[in-house]
Amino acid sequence: MDQPTLAPEKQLDATTVDEAIAYLRAEYADAVTLDDREGYGGVIVQSNRLVDVARAIRDDLGFDYLSSATAVDYLGAGDHLEMVYHAYRTSGGGSLVFKAQTDREQAEIPSLVPIWRGADFQEREAWDLMGIRFRGHPNLKRILMWEGFHGHPLRKDWREAYYEEDQKPFDNRWPGGQVYRVEERNVFGKNVTYPPDIDLGRLMDSSETAVYQSLGLGVDVERIMDKDGFETNELVVNMGPHHPSTHGVFRMVLTVDGETVTSLEPVMGYLHRNHEKIGERNTYLHNIPFTDRLDYISSMGNNHGYVLAVEQLMSLGRKYNPPTYRCEALRVMMVELSRIVNHLWAIGFWLNDIGAFFTPVLYFVQERERILDFFEAVAGSRMMCNYMRFGGLFGDLPERLKSVSNLTNDRVRDYNTMQFLTEMINERIPRTIDELERLLTQNEILLERSVGVGVLTREDAINYSAAGPLLRGSGVAYDIRRADPYSIYPELDFDIAVEDEGDMYARYRVRVAELRESVRILKQILPRLEATEGESIWADGKPGAYAPRVPHGEAYGRVENGKGELGYYVVSAGGRGGSANPWRYHVRAPSFINLTPMGIMSRGHKVADVVGILGSIDIVLGETDR
Amino acid sequence: MDLNLQELNQTEFPVPAELENNIAITSLSQLYNWGRRNSMWPMLFGLACCAIEMIATAASRFDFSRFGFEVMRATPRQADLMIVSGTVTKKMVVPIVRLYNQMPEPKYVLAMGACASGGGPFKEGYNVVSGMDKYLPVDVYVPGCPPTPQALLYGMIALQRKIDGQSIANGDDVPWYGVSSAEPTPVPVLGPDIIDPRQMDMIRRQAEAAAGDISSLGIRDLPAATQMVAARVAADATAVADATPVSEDALSFVLPSGGAPWAEAEDIREKRRLRALARKALRASRRATVAEEE
Amino acid sequence: MYGTGLAKGLLLTLRHFVDSYVDDIRYGFRKYHHSTDNFAVRQGTKTKGVITVQYPDEKVAVPERFRFVPFLIVEDEDHPTRSGKDWCTSCGICAKVCPPQCIWIVRGNDPNTGRPVPEPEAFFIDIDICMNCGFCAEYCPFDAIKMDHDYELASYDRTTHHIHDKERLSKPNSYWRGIAPTRAYEEMLARGTWEHKDAAKEARRGASGARASAPQPAPQAEVAAPAAASEAAPPAEASAPPAPAAEGATPWSEDDAKREERRRKALERKARRAAKRGQ
Repeated sequence: MDQPTLAPEKQLDATTVDEAIAYLRAEYADAVTLDDREGYGGVIVQSNRLVDVARAIRDDLGFDYLSSATAVDYLGAGDHLEMVYHAYRTSGGGSLVFKAQTDREQAEIPSLVPIWRGADFQEREAWDLMGIRFRGHPNLKRILMWEGFHGHPLRKDWREAYYEEDQKPFDNRWPGGQVYRVEERNVFGKNVTYPPDIDLGRLMDSSETAVYQSLGLGVDVERIMDKDGFETNELVVNMGPHHPSTHGVFRMVLTVDGETVTSLEPVMGYLHRNHEKIGERNTYLHNIPFTDRLDYISSMGNNHGYVLAVEQLMSLGRKYNPPTYRCEALRVMMVELSRIVNHLWAIGFWLNDIGAFFTPVLYFVQERERILDFFEAVAGSRMMCNYMRFGGLFGDLPERLKSVSNLTNDRVRDYNTMQFLTEMINERIPRTIDELERLLTQNEILLERSVGVGVLTREDAINYSAAGPLLRGSGVAYDIRRADPYSIYPELDFDIAVEDEGDMYARYRVRVAELRESVRILKQILPRLEATEGESIWADGKPGAYAPRVPHGEAYGRVENGKGELGYYVVSAGGRGGSANPWRYHVRAPSFINLTPMGIMSRGHKVADVVGILGSIDIVLGETDR
Repeated sequence: MDLNLQELNQTEFPVPAELENNIAITSLSQLYNWGRRNSMWPMLFGLACCAIEMIATAASRFDFSRFGFEVMRATPRQADLMIVSGTVTKKMVVPIVRLYNQMPEPKYVLAMGACASGGGPFKEGYNVVSGMDKYLPVDVYVPGCPPTPQALLYGMIALQRKIDGQSIANGDDVPWYGVSSAEPTPVPVLGPDIIDPRQMDMIRRQAEAAAGDISSLGIRDLPAATQMVAARVAADATAVADATPVSEDALSFVLPSGGAPWAEAEDIREKRRLRALARKALRASRRATVAEEE
Repeated sequence: MYGTGLAKGLLLTLRHFVDSYVDDIRYGFRKYHHSTDNFAVRQGTKTKGVITVQYPDEKVAVPERFRFVPFLIVEDEDHPTRSGKDWCTSCGICAKVCPPQCIWIVRGNDPNTGRPVPEPEAFFIDIDICMNCGFCAEYCPFDAIKMDHDYELASYDRTTHHIHDKERLSKPNSYWRGIAPTRAYEEMLARGTWEHKDAAKEARRGASGARASAPQPAPQAEVAAPAAASEAAPPAEASAPPAPAAEGATPWSEDDAKREERRRKALERKARRAAKRGQ
């Protein structure tokens, strides 16, 4: 990392985003131009000067945190690929958006990994899905698909095997909707399509060796697999994708010296279910239930980030009303409840990983069930809540959480909603947190296992774009609810949980503190709900349209979700009337980017600690792989 | 009379005619099945969202240990049941098939949720397998996205009922009771797209036929919906009459839609018995013709 | 002292262990007895003991808003005029809002005139694709498609059972009113009648037959209504009838002027649509 080159760095640090852009345009007049497309913001940087400009953005202007880096394919609208970067200051404030464009045929952009290590996985993803080469990237391999897959699927002209139409709704569903299973239309009866130049002779055996060979960083498979020079002191250990501690289908390949980890390489994509490709076919509304399935532990938070992004876009239009107060209060309540669910789950399974097998999990899952009951009664589903809408919600709180007997042996329940909530928030959840603390916080075994293990320093945490409890456990008091506030968080009274040590225990303490802060927020929400009783939950007083048209532009909506910063980058390429489908729909997934520092956190620890470190990051694979 | 149990479990053990439906075999089957259904250990193995509901089912509120799904085992060697709980991606199906091959028989597969059953909402995605049954034989499908814990429990009970229905006497119900030992499922290969080794020839032929023209790779006429529905009705009607040896898929029960799968358990068993009898008769007649020719 | 943290934790587990028997003592041997109403208490916010639901013998009834796979509402058998008639008018909105596109609808045509009739000829939902999101039910302007509460759908064979056709999907209106009475009531308030919108319209038209100035035959008008609804924003239409009770009584609700404005706009829209139909 280079030292800042400019003297009046302090003052520049304090500039507003507009001033920062003006500074960039003055300093790099030949390389930086304003992005003046309708509804767009930020600057476009000549790709040959990108590294210099990025360094200035980080060092001179103090935008030290690269939140998101993603690619957009503007096929038919300029015919170029574009990398979009969102940089923030960890001291708070808005984003500096900068972009670099490249030709579609010879797509190449200099890598920003030397500036922000957090760009590592995101650039690999852009290579994998969009086919942009990053000059200077240390390990430019496919990340979500496997090495050898044909094509770069997120390009607009790449079609999957089950391609039907560019955009939903598909025409053949109505009025002449003769049902069929789409695989019946494929000659192989499966979701496959092969390139014409398929060479079957070379395929027969090599999938697994290819995986090992593609691992890159630090794993010298050739040397280790060399029989003659066989050394026992360094081994390659594969964990996953089927492994009880990887929280799903995640895979790590470690080299160990004795029992000490010398390098670690996360391998992912085993749950890559093409959110973004499907998301670009979907209409804006269609995407809401799909966001549920990203971080499936806390779907309410996912909904929130997405509706915020789309509402940002909608606010560019002429007719836009912000959500009502009651709607915002309900959103915050739901999000905080799901944060509690998320943290209970995370702590429980982290304990599973470090040896407290299932007792804490069972206790916490019991509490989770109560909250899920509430979600089920209000939103209709335990996990996939699908509760938020653009400018509103699925529905107001029901008067009673009531069930009706339908199947044989059904036992009904009937609670007053507000009473249920009050009891949960004032009694049950705080009691659970107390129990959790009594069970764990001073537990000597837990302390021995977690103190000083998996340390991530403050500088690394920022440079690697860590988010959420991982970032705050390393002493960075960065919480989007305070740093870049949204919804009604500014008027709510709560503190940012932060710990300085940067180890597993610090992350645990941050989570516990956040549980308490969430309860504190919920206690403030209850009177607000009572005060707004009867107010409409819809911005326009009526439910939103089923196919809203969204004005031309880009938006990056982000929320502080349980696992960290969840961002949605949505591009609408609509004409005059706006578009019904997003042109680009990208998810900045905290679980994905938080894995970038996994390697440096694990180095020097034992294999058993690696499991715990992964648990303390708290990933969920639906979001990691998307 | 002597009953050599070892021999009973051998393949191609012809059940003597006088023993058919004999009390000894029937109760032996029951004993077998009783033991099997009440010690069904699932593999500790979660794929996606449904895995969370599966964990919730295993946790204290719904607690599938009550049914003998006692503990989840992380190794396939100790597992009897694979709950495919979530979206199966092309990248993941390779390890899944490998895990399945490592499970000892008897083994069952339960497809939990829409994704594992048929691709689910992500079906159209380029990395998603449209249903676990494209690669492995699935015993029970549990619809839902995700199925609630109670829906999963229902599916697990359905699996137990299915096991109840299996019988040593009808030797070809399941591989481990009869005719042939199960071959390991070929592990798919990750090429330019996923390749099922069983389709290797087909892919080669298609590639040759296409020879440079990607668009011709793979569209064929499909049965229209009406035909599908008609096929279903026909399948219901001819379930009993169908006496020819059929593929394993077709052997799965054909149920009237809507009812509990085991509501007609007796009925199904009767149907299957009839079918087995028909098959046996067919085999006998074949043997007779062969003998005549000789 | 080293070990106190451990001891505290173990005490907590012990307490949980003891708590798990408290219910047994409290309810005597009648804890799982069908006649007792302790289920709601055991599954509520106050409970501390074992929360296990003895699934097949006692099931947690799902709440009214619960959503599993969709079903279609048909008129009850004993309905005086429309017995067995579909509520669905095959307007196609559910197929359009369905995120994974698992709904297929064949719109029926009148064999004589060739015009579309407001009734689906065939209706399919592939439950292997359905993501239970509930959009179809939420955006249906006729309250004709609803999310079912029957989650016990496991089957041994998906090829024949997992595409639900119209026959499999159809359930009587009374079933919906049974599983979700509150919601059915709210929908009734929004619609203004327990009857299907079209039926109510027809009844009104029949009642004021003399004043009905629309010259064209009734069936045609019925065709036009769903078509228009699919073009214009349908939820607007759904909210046009007077809103349910509480609203307006509280000081936080919108002022009367605004509501009046909305009413006026709705009327205008209605007039425009009528004019369109007249052309």
